[in-house]
Amino acid sequence: MSAELLSESLTLALPEVILAVGAMILLMIGVFAPAGRANSTVTGLAVAILIGVLGWMLLMSGQGEAFNGAFVQDGFSAFMKTLTLIGSIVALAMSAGFARAEKFDRFEFPILIVLATLGMMLMISANSLLTLYMGLELQSLALYVVAAINRDSVRSTEAGLKYFVLGALSSGMMLYGISLVYGFTGHIGFDQIAAALTGAERSVGVLFGLVFLITGLAFKISAVPFHMWTPDVYEGAPTPVTAFFAAAPKMAAMAMFVRVVIDGFGPVTSEWQQIVVFIAIASMILGAFAAIGQRNIKRLMAYSSIGHMGYALVGLSAGTLVGVKGVIIYMTIYLAMTLGTFAFILAMRRKDEGNVENIEDLAGLSATNPVMATILTILMFSLAGIPPLAGFWAKWYVFLAAVEAGLYPLAIIGVLASVVGAFYYLRIIKIMWFDEPAGGFVPAAGELRLVMGVSGLFVLGYVLIGGPIAATAEAAARALF
Amino acid sequence: MITGLGAAFFYLFAFVAVASAFMVIAARNPVHSVLYLILTFFNAAALFLLTGAEFLSMILLVVYIGAVAVLFLFVVMMLDVDFASMKRGALEYAPIGAIVGVVLGAELVLVLAASAFDLGRPATTSLPMPDPAVRHNTAALGDILYTDYVFFFQIAGIVLLVAMIGAIVLTLRPQRPHVKRQNMAAQVARKPADAIEVVDVDTGKGI
Repeated sequence: MSAELLSESLTLALPEVILAVGAMILLMIGVFAPAGRANSTVTGLAVAILIGVLGWMLLMSGQGEAFNGAFVQDGFSAFMKTLTLIGSIVALAMSAGFARAEKFDRFEFPILIVLATLGMMLMISANSLLTLYMGLELQSLALYVVAAINRDSVRSTEAGLKYFVLGALSSGMMLYGISLVYGFTGHIGFDQIAAALTGAERSVGVLFGLVFLITGLAFKISAVPFHMWTPDVYEGAPTPVTAFFAAAPKMAAMAMFVRVVIDGFGPVTSEWQQIVVFIAIASMILGAFAAIGQRNIKRLMAYSSIGHMGYALVGLSAGTLVGVKGVIIYMTIYLAMTLGTFAFILAMRRKDEGNVENIEDLAGLSATNPVMATILTILMFSLAGIPPLAGFWAKWYVFLAAVEAGLYPLAIIGVLASVVGAFYYLRIIKIMWFDEPAGGFVPAAGELRLVMGVSGLFVLGYVLIGGPIAATAEAAARALF
Repeated sequence: MITGLGAAFFYLFAFVAVASAFMVIAARNPVHSVLYLILTFFNAAALFLLTGAEFLSMILLVVYIGAVAVLFLFVVMMLDVDFASMKRGALEYAPIGAIVGVVLGAELVLVLAASAFDLGRPATTSLPMPDPAVRHNTAALGDILYTDYVFFFQIAGIVLLVAMIGAIVLTLRPQRPHVKRQNMAAQVARKPADAIEVVDVDTGKGI
């Protein structure tokens, strides 16, 4: 690669370069900062870097391929990276108050979040299996550590260890799939793989590789049957970490999933379609039924996220432009809802007990804190998919795509699962509004109130602002076709 | 086919490699096992050298012998693992071992048969490799590793950085008492006069 080509590539990948260099600078600042202030200083700077990168991407970023086609920057990657960065920024900002209250003062936490975000951006921009795997490992390794960061808590270390072991297993399976795909097509670039699969007769080896590849991808978005880690990790990890897990990595992994199957395996759509349909149905059903018995709200959100990934995959299984557009809109709305809900969970704080996580603790919240109760009610109605809130439109777009692609059974099962799922969202609302008060929460920190307010307004006002978002999502999806 | 002196060395290294590999599992003393393992690695490195893969050969020496095997040796010597009792039931698993051996043997025959009868190669393209006579393979690897694959090389570096940060985050406890840390200011401020005392010792008396 010549020097001009390299500098062109680096310019295109400038957001990633800034994140990598920024993380290293932050590491130095964290080491030499006075012990008491290291976390808050580094958190502030990390948020500033992430916002800077987001601004650069939205205003200045170019489009094209870099590093001999290993890295691609297009409309789709710009949209999904925006979502990922918003997830990281909000999760990091929400961790600041938690860190103050819980004496959670590790300055490495924001640095690992920045590095994980770097890995996610590489995953989204991956245009070859090698980039995909390296980005994925960078992200996962940072997430394993972050899950166990509260190392004095048995639950946190258990969460980290469980995530690590299962994650390593899924990485291994994915790598096996990648090696089969490479062996049978002779390429690792998505475009070349698609070219090699066009017209040629489908070899069993490639399909085998595809199955293993999808196994690894399904693990990362926590889709059934590779979801086992999710409830334990969500429950065990410190709440700001869970908020981060629920937001940013899901966006990146879903973007990666979409790009691999559409860009790389577009010519064999009928082959992966059946796998994705199965995963989608299983995730929707498990997400709906398993959440019913949960008492811990973080566990409940874990099952809810499994279900929501299933709904998003309904859009993908259509394999069409409309389907990918549906996935993008679904992920956008899911991000807003999940960040709002986790801001609420972080605000569930009593004066004497500290942070509480049980659903019973919400009893009678409408009497003690009507504003918070109203916002959570809106978010829960939206997660359940009640019109005219955002969650309804998210499901509408993906089911529409499934129906247009002729996948009627999938759409019907999806609607039925969302009816079942509505039960546990409505149960939370019932506990808040109709049960005897169990004592109020201390006033929430400013950043949490801001996040709750913005996400509540987004969900409520989606009917009004949905048009431009759908148009942008369609333009982003067009980059893949 | 290799002939002449090359063949003689090939059979020498191959024989020693197989024999020492057998000794790794047969040796009674675990430290001897590790030493045999190192001998196996040495011979494998020599075999790589014979085929002209000098980079792989040197990496094998540096990584496997310099780091991995020495680490094994430390673990074996430091941990009090009772290998004798672990080995006691080993013969029970002999039938399973035999089955695995038969499967591997069958695969070997299949591969050999396939290459002898040429059952058709996969229609794949491999990366072009320069002639070893023109450009030896360490340089050839460097040519593409630091140009075409520099992106992956750098990401791999960042992955390692994350691993390092993770190990430190999960194990370092700076607040714990009795941790002796380096104090550079104290080290620098120390003068010879504070540290050295000249004593005139009478013969036969001691201090």
